[in-house]
Amino acid sequence: MKLLHLRVNGAQVEREVPDNRLLLDFLRDDLGLTGTKEGCSVGVCGACTVLLDGRPISSCLALAVFADGCEVTTVEGLERDGALDPLQRAFIDCGGFQCGICTPGQLIAARALLNEHPQPSNDEIRAWMMGNLCRCTGYYKIVESIRAVADGTVRA
Amino acid sequence: MNAFEYLEPATVDEALAILAEHGDDARPIAGGTALVNLMKQRLVQPAYLVGLRRLTDLSTIAANGELRLGALCTHHELEISPHIQRAAPVLSEMLRRVANIRVRSMATIGGALAHADPNQDPPPVLIALDARVVVGSRGGERDLQVEALFTGYYETALAPGELITRIVIPAQPAASGAAFTKMLPQTQDDYATVSAAARLTVDGERIADARVAAGSVGETPLRLRAVERALVGQVAAPAILRDAATLAGDEVDPLSDIRGSAAYKRAVAAVIVRRTLEQALARARAGAPA
Repeated sequence: MKLLHLRVNGAQVEREVPDNRLLLDFLRDDLGLTGTKEGCSVGVCGACTVLLDGRPISSCLALAVFADGCEVTTVEGLERDGALDPLQRAFIDCGGFQCGICTPGQLIAARALLNEHPQPSNDEIRAWMMGNLCRCTGYYKIVESIRAVADGTVRA
Repeated sequence: MNAFEYLEPATVDEALAILAEHGDDARPIAGGTALVNLMKQRLVQPAYLVGLRRLTDLSTIAANGELRLGALCTHHELEISPHIQRAAPVLSEMLRRVANIRVRSMATIGGALAHADPNQDPPPVLIALDARVVVGSRGGERDLQVEALFTGYYETALAPGELITRIVIPAQPAASGAAFTKMLPQTQDDYATVSAAARLTVDGERIADARVAAGSVGETPLRLRAVERALVGQVAAPAILRDAATLAGDEVDPLSDIRGSAAYKRAVAAVIVRRTLEQALARARAGAPA
């Protein structure tokens, strides 16, 4: 067992975990943050994307011990003081999701993109988001949603 | 995953001591994208995992004629490094297209090389650029050319207790150009059906030096020496490049799999190598850095 000290969505967390706990299982089962989804379990689909110290990672391939001393951001941590992240607002307004299973991962990946490139081209959006699979939308509405945030055309 | 004890050394020396003590029972882990998948499938069941993330000495990028890359640099850190974009832009081009942004943000360059998956993109480019790895162990350090690191399917020349600490890319020759091509008929995040990298150095009309390597066409990344021999000393004409590239079809040793039959990959290799040579030559003539 290892005692972890980390910040999750801004809150300090102290928790003991088995050495072989996956970060995904730690978030979902130990902390109850079930917004992060398990899809393929091999790092391909993007449903489990979270930010680890700002970097987008597959939480299904990360050990929970990797997060010791770090900041983890999940989809539950995107809103600020009760207000949705502009990306969440844009996904609603632009129809960036249908069934919703991939949406937490899409939102986190998009947040990482805009943090690194606030004004991405559409090609940059597509290249960055390529690894987050969606079987409903055909991706156009997801790109439009991110475009709207980058262009500042999302309603508050 | 099996139960294991996770150890997290604070220094490289401490890491090497732990790896020496536990030998084959221990595996170093950095990003985890390869090893965690292997452990989930119970293909690897180490008693000890040695987490490297606190070894910040191995996360640096130094450019001083040669490029010295810490083994713990992630693919994404290298992809956006201005040093690399300046000194070896072909490396940035290749890295930008590895897997997806999460893998590139987790997986380290040293971990990728130690994983020795013959389908990966970095090895052919590093071989073309004449790169070497620095391997540390409790007994000291040794250098190994990247092409000598791979000994078989997921097998390396690393002994238990050894750790890749740095990747060194020498200053690229004047009048050289490098290129990398990967054939991706399905999705952009797939492994290549065939990939190739080349660095050509020109002297007037002639090819003074050639380094050519391919991925996804054998048990290891392959250096294509017959192709190189057919180029060196020749006038850099389209027919010479095409004839040399044709030799790649015989030199590769691909497996039939879901990406195509062995015969198909041999045919594709000749085309991919030719296109790579043409682009490398154009860059060498344009005086662009490799």
